[in-house]
Amino acid sequence: MTPMTSTARPILQLNNLITEFDTDEGRVRAVDGVSFSVNAGETLGIVGESGCGKSVTAQSIMRLLPQPMGQIVGGEILFDGQDLVSLPLEQMRRIRGAKIGMVFQEPMTALNPVHTIGRQLAEVLLLHKKITRNEALRQSVDMLDKVGIPSPDIRVGEYPHQLSGGMRQRVVIAMALACEPKLLIADEPTTALDVTIQAQILELISDLQRDMGMAVILITHDLGVIAETSKNVVVMYAGKVAEQGTVYEVFDNPSHPYTQGLLASIPRLDTPPKAKLAIIPGMVPGLLDLPVGCRFENRCAHRRDTCLAAPPPIEHISDTHRLSCYRWREIAPVRLNTGGSAT
Amino acid sequence: MSSSGNLLEVRDLKMHFPVREGIFMRASKFNKAVDGVSFSIAPGETLGLVGESGCGKSTLGRCITRLYKPTSGQILFQDQDISTISPRALKPVRREIQMIFQDPMESLNSRHTVGEILVEPLVVQGIGNSASRHKRVAELLDLVGLPARSVTRYPFEFSGGQRQRIGIARSIALNPKLIVCDEPVSALDVSIQSQILNLLIDLQQELKLSYLFIAHDLAVVKHISDRIAIMYLGKIVETGPGESIYRDPQHPYTKSLISAIPVPDPHHRRGRVVLRGDVPSPINPPSGCSFHTRCPYATGICSQQTPVLMNHPGSHKEVMAACHHIGAPAPL
Repeated sequence: MTPMTSTARPILQLNNLITEFDTDEGRVRAVDGVSFSVNAGETLGIVGESGCGKSVTAQSIMRLLPQPMGQIVGGEILFDGQDLVSLPLEQMRRIRGAKIGMVFQEPMTALNPVHTIGRQLAEVLLLHKKITRNEALRQSVDMLDKVGIPSPDIRVGEYPHQLSGGMRQRVVIAMALACEPKLLIADEPTTALDVTIQAQILELISDLQRDMGMAVILITHDLGVIAETSKNVVVMYAGKVAEQGTVYEVFDNPSHPYTQGLLASIPRLDTPPKAKLAIIPGMVPGLLDLPVGCRFENRCAHRRDTCLAAPPPIEHISDTHRLSCYRWREIAPVRLNTGGSAT
Repeated sequence: MSSSGNLLEVRDLKMHFPVREGIFMRASKFNKAVDGVSFSIAPGETLGLVGESGCGKSTLGRCITRLYKPTSGQILFQDQDISTISPRALKPVRREIQMIFQDPMESLNSRHTVGEILVEPLVVQGIGNSASRHKRVAELLDLVGLPARSVTRYPFEFSGGQRQRIGIARSIALNPKLIVCDEPVSALDVSIQSQILNLLIDLQQELKLSYLFIAHDLAVVKHISDRIAIMYLGKIVETGPGESIYRDPQHPYTKSLISAIPVPDPHHRRGRVVLRGDVPSPINPPSGCSFHTRCPYATGICSQQTPVLMNHPGSHKEVMAACHHIGAPAPL
């Protein structure tokens, strides 16, 4: 795919997505009004802490919410112009795995321990393509080769437990990409891996992305991974988008107090040892007792009475840079990055 | 205090676990989790221990706290070798060396209230009476920033960060000199992680603690440590002040580890050294330098001779590295 066509239009567009869960204690809104779009060939990073709704957003796109508790109650998920929210399950099945691939955090749970790697890969291909079993097996070997698994013709006959964590994640990526999807959703794909293996996997995803021209949604809690891989970033907090924009806009000019706090609180290799880290006091509110106003209100140093009354509207700093905070204009900008410090 | 001024001195420590196989469960092979490690920690100092899964860093921590009895080598704590002493002789030592674990949910008894959890070490060691113990528990909660009413509550009623505070309170209950922190912040969210790191730094200054801080995240380790040691397959491959190691890493493994860390700055573009392959098994580690199978600099000598951990000309005087090729030009 040429760069011209790859940036033409969004492959996926979320408009005001709202997802709710029924729990024993009542109905909770896990995702509340999330909007973003991803173009072909681009990577969108979704970052946030536990419970911010980033994984539920992914499950909503795939229509893989835990049933019957989880439900999309509002908004649109336009994939290639088609709204996935109202799509019959039968058609959704044809999209999953074929047009949208998925990679999860723990590769061991995504693979079936009693089937060989080859059988699991071939299953994906046979499900979505009209090919013979032998052809599927041959393509499986090709895929394993493509994701950098040594001696793929031998590995294809092995079981998941015979592979290391990094190798298993490569197999999961091979499965997700077997049908050359237009979109890959990777939910914490490297969180369970060591840094040197993480570097390999991130490099692999970006190489394959370049070859196939697919869009990637990368969900992670690691701001470093986002800065390194993504073009755009969505920062989520307690089910809502706190701030979104290009990585340069969000990392160079973080304007929501939560983004500022998050970026300031990570220890960096170039900060002096034992220096006090900035902290965000308190903790994320539970979904059952969310504040009426801004969701970050109880932890925010810039809180005023206005913040408590109603949720702040989404405001634009630029065409791409948006945030939801009443006071962002008054808050002193935080500059954390030196800009181009390379090691 | 030790004659060398060190609180802890570890000499050539080895922990080899037997791998039992066959119907007679004979130990035919050994998992050399820790294979000849030496280091020291001064009073009030933090030594950070970094490495990837399976490098033996947690096993090393558990040897220091004597949760494991090491295969060989010495652990000199205040000049006393505690590596082989009996459980009875260990009891007073346990007051002085405490541990913080990664997952406080698993290391705190879920059926005990926070008060019971915190008073237990005092009871076991026979310190004080009921009244003084309760006073101490209140003091501990205050030190770690938990409300006094936490005493009657159970661990599940707390968030991950608060549970880690309970774990920390328990570890300082006996006024220890050394705390082994095994991945204390890896299970926590970023905004909570910084709260706990700040707390650990504050407590160290207030209580004059020494830490052996074990983690896989080099940025976190460098932040909290005075000196760091990088482990690979049971051995320390490089050690020295954190700042020098980060600015001028000597060992090829350290270089690749630093270059693999994603930096939260989109302007940062690095020359990344992506390592090929996985960490080999510690059951049958490669001969010579155990890193040679993944090392871009490796030559013939690397698979034959084990390099010695030593200072190399041109590097910081306190930095030691174990590599045959330090100072060699970069490979193609």
